[in-house]
Amino acid sequence: MRAFAYTRATDVSGAVAAARDPDVKFLGGGTNLLDLMKMGVEHPGHLVDVTRLPLAAIEERESGLRLGATARNSDVANHPLVRQRYRVLSEALVAGASPQLRNMATMGGNLMQRTRCAYFYDPTFAECNKRVPGSGCAALQGYHRMHAILGASEACIATHPSDAAVALAALDAVVRVVGPGGERAIPIVDFHRLPGDTPQLDTNLRGDELITAIDLPALPFGRRSHYLRCAIATPTRSR
Amino acid sequence: MESDLSVSRRGFLGSMVAGGVASTWPADAQRAEAASTGAPPPVQTALTINGQRHELTLDPRVTLLDLLREHLGLTGTKKGCDHGQCGACTVLAGGRRINACLSLAVAHDGEQIVTVEGLTRGETLHPVQAAFLEQDAFQCGYCTPGQICSAVALLDEIRAGAVSAATADVSRLAPAALSDEEIRERMSGNLCRCGAYPNIVAAVRAAGGRRAA
Repeated sequence: MRAFAYTRATDVSGAVAAARDPDVKFLGGGTNLLDLMKMGVEHPGHLVDVTRLPLAAIEERESGLRLGATARNSDVANHPLVRQRYRVLSEALVAGASPQLRNMATMGGNLMQRTRCAYFYDPTFAECNKRVPGSGCAALQGYHRMHAILGASEACIATHPSDAAVALAALDAVVRVVGPGGERAIPIVDFHRLPGDTPQLDTNLRGDELITAIDLPALPFGRRSHYLRCAIATPTRSR
Repeated sequence: MESDLSVSRRGFLGSMVAGGVASTWPADAQRAEAASTGAPPPVQTALTINGQRHELTLDPRVTLLDLLREHLGLTGTKKGCDHGQCGACTVLAGGRRINACLSLAVAHDGEQIVTVEGLTRGETLHPVQAAFLEQDAFQCGYCTPGQICSAVALLDEIRAGAVSAATADVSRLAPAALSDEEIRERMSGNLCRCGAYPNIVAAVRAAGGRRAA
């Protein structure tokens, strides 16, 4: 792994200022970023740890519920208001990863995990338009039964692994971000990009922007919503 | 039985690790080395591990797992996949189970870490450890420390009312019953290549029942 500097952000403006350096990446739970660094896919020169910023609150607001960007996946899944008013999100969160990973992973990091596939994850494959734009796609002629059916392009057929993002799209969530120019709000359906001919770009977040929260609007149907994952292994629910 | 002259594998490895710790560079030397090569500086951090405070100067790349095993000689926590998939490295950080392999040690500054070595009280095994022995919940034992730390957290989570993918109605806030389906789902972050799963489920069920009694 490439050597990197580690600093802990103490305020949001300091974190955003540090991210003007393109060699900086924000560190949340690290469950995807650190793994990609071990594989040699990501190699930032400086990690800015944002997990101690005051962004972990889950707050009821007049317009709905605000999920802080550094709230852990397990805390959101277990929050009484999420369980009762946004069931689909609680169920989607516990459908993903493992209890250990959900204790580590943040909500902002869940959205920022890389759109990926096994060929992207393994630099011994020279062809990957996500890793090396213009190099081709090893998955197109490879073992690709787990790859994208919808939204794929000739350049890339990788998928985003987040179950939570699917629930957030159903709930019309809005991603709140802050950058050098101030705050802006990105509807969740505009947050992730389809690969097109620039699969190296996963999201419409700029490199110097930090996710601060995810807003859920008040939705009556959220109480009766569910998440059903069709997968090779699906757990049995208790009766 | 071991004679006085025999050297156990664990004892030998332990002494090698202790030697490694003794030869760790002083912090000043590390900083000087970093400055002369342009490498990023080491980071000062303090962690409390199994009740003992450690003040450390670490390369930021050191994972919590490598800190435990390679720097502190706490080899109870195992390295399986090193990618957050097998759960062999499960420890408790601030009372919550995490994968130590996907966690930078410096990111845990100021936290309380508990490993499998920290579960016993003197000579008394933790109820989950005792249940694993009684129910024969392992074969080779490599995944067992992670399974045990995970099960300890699982029982705390159940009591706190946490949900899982096996929970029928997440909107009901009362704690879920400790059914076998709930145990299997909640232990799904810990793989066992020997396939001791039936007895692991029995051990978690027994430990849960015993603690509730």
